[in-house]
Amino acid sequence: MNTGIVIIESAGLLSTIQDAGRYGYQRYGMPVSGAMDMYSLQLANMLVGNLPGEACIEATFTGPSIRFGHSAKFAVCGANMQPYVSGQQVHNYSVIEVKSGDLLHFEGLKSGCRAYIAFAGGINIPLVMGSKSTNLRSAVGGFNGRALKNGDVLEFGQSYRKPRLYAIPDELLVNYDSEEPLRIIPGPEIKMFGFDAIQNLLTTAYVVTPQSDRMGYRLHGEPLKHTEGKAGGIISSGIPMGTIQVPGNGQPIIMMADRQTTGGYARIAIVASIELTRVAQLKPGNSIRFREIRVEEAQQLFAKRQNMLNTLFSKG
Amino acid sequence: MLQYIPAGDAAIIIRAGNDISIETHYQVRRLVIAIEQLRIPGLLDIVPAYSDVMVHYDPSITNFNALLELLKQTSHHADAIELVPPSVLQVPVLYGSEYGPDLTEVAAKNKLSELEVIRIHSSVDYLVYMLGFTPGFCYLGGLNQMIATERRQNPRLKISAGSVGIAGNQTGIYPTESPGGWQIIGQTPLKIFNPGIEPYFLARAGDFIRFIPIDKVEFLRIRNELDQGKYQVQKLKKQ
Repeated sequence: MNTGIVIIESAGLLSTIQDAGRYGYQRYGMPVSGAMDMYSLQLANMLVGNLPGEACIEATFTGPSIRFGHSAKFAVCGANMQPYVSGQQVHNYSVIEVKSGDLLHFEGLKSGCRAYIAFAGGINIPLVMGSKSTNLRSAVGGFNGRALKNGDVLEFGQSYRKPRLYAIPDELLVNYDSEEPLRIIPGPEIKMFGFDAIQNLLTTAYVVTPQSDRMGYRLHGEPLKHTEGKAGGIISSGIPMGTIQVPGNGQPIIMMADRQTTGGYARIAIVASIELTRVAQLKPGNSIRFREIRVEEAQQLFAKRQNMLNTLFSKG
Repeated sequence: MLQYIPAGDAAIIIRAGNDISIETHYQVRRLVIAIEQLRIPGLLDIVPAYSDVMVHYDPSITNFNALLELLKQTSHHADAIELVPPSVLQVPVLYGSEYGPDLTEVAAKNKLSELEVIRIHSSVDYLVYMLGFTPGFCYLGGLNQMIATERRQNPRLKISAGSVGIAGNQTGIYPTESPGGWQIIGQTPLKIFNPGIEPYFLARAGDFIRFIPIDKVEFLRIRNELDQGKYQVQKLKKQ
């Protein structure tokens, strides 16, 4: 299959180009960015035969409408926004073939928050500092450093591998409506918090507030009081994705893909990597709970899922 | 003694101290070099801060216990590393006028003349302890207390990239245009953060910055040379 173009007829609420993230520059203060839901990004890419970290369109709440200028293969993973091709319903987590002139549009969000659209051959845009990811705040990467707009034209690359699999098996799908507590690992500053705070974090519900975006989610619930007087301040230090930091008001913030590289708030806990796909699919108003897990267990779970994926797609 | 602390399942902190000091900073720099030399499988990023280093890694490639074993070698290793003398980046600054609208206020609040503020601000080599907050933002150490000034009551909505300011006992350069409450005393024509062209960032942790007062003619000349790709940032070796 050759290269080709797609036209963004309608961009949706917030559609950006994201890949596996911009690593290597955090020491200069450059945020990692990349997909909020790296798992869904990988699934979409693997379905269409791309490398797992290739750039996709990350669509938020409402999907874009995309006109294909050439025949193409694509896949949508993550949030279910009810994709249709030229009036015909198609399905998430499967390889979809289209011909020149077809229109992909979405009927509306049914579950989750962020969908990933991967084109076979990837998206041909320049790498900026080694990545195609968009960082909106500093206007770096992606499509001219900004979100997609109506009328933008994207070029997809030459696909070099046939799809190995035409749909993702059910056991690899994640239920975004699950009420299971999110598994978290005690953070470096857990000792700055008293028993009450830890009790609150592990037994009460927190609501995702509208002040939530690609940088982080502000939560609201029982305040997490610091035992030390410094209102939660620490000497600035690194922030992994999923860090739950607690500023002076005691309301936790989950740091996400566009987070700052370093911060000065106490890190009470960090969400296990395997759960980040669920966190990425949360919407304002969702209520969440947390439960503790050990680092070793979190890493085993993550490695196991990653190995399953690799095995599945290396067959054939 | 170094401490190794997990920060979730995809990062580890190596803590060199619990303070902001030159000694801890040097230890952090040695650690960064030692970690780079290890060639850790699955390593994604090394992020030095004031008193610790965060190593980000892919937990499907390595894990905390394996990494801990590997990193513990650094403690012996790091002490033996000799740091090369740092560079002192010469950063030209046009002080005052519309480029530094708060110079008058900074002078008045500290009972100094504007020229004295400029002389004090430009007579120190500031250590870049770390970068963070926004791309290219340098946390600088060394501001003379005589010109320390509280932030503005009313933050500005728009501060030009390259603006040089004071906030409390900190001084710094705005890498990009942004809102902010710092007292702006001048502006450098240099690009602190330039995502289009390498090197993307003017400074790195461990460098020193020396502000060199310039006039408007010089400012425009440097801008012009930068636009044509002819300008070379002057670097001296720290004595």
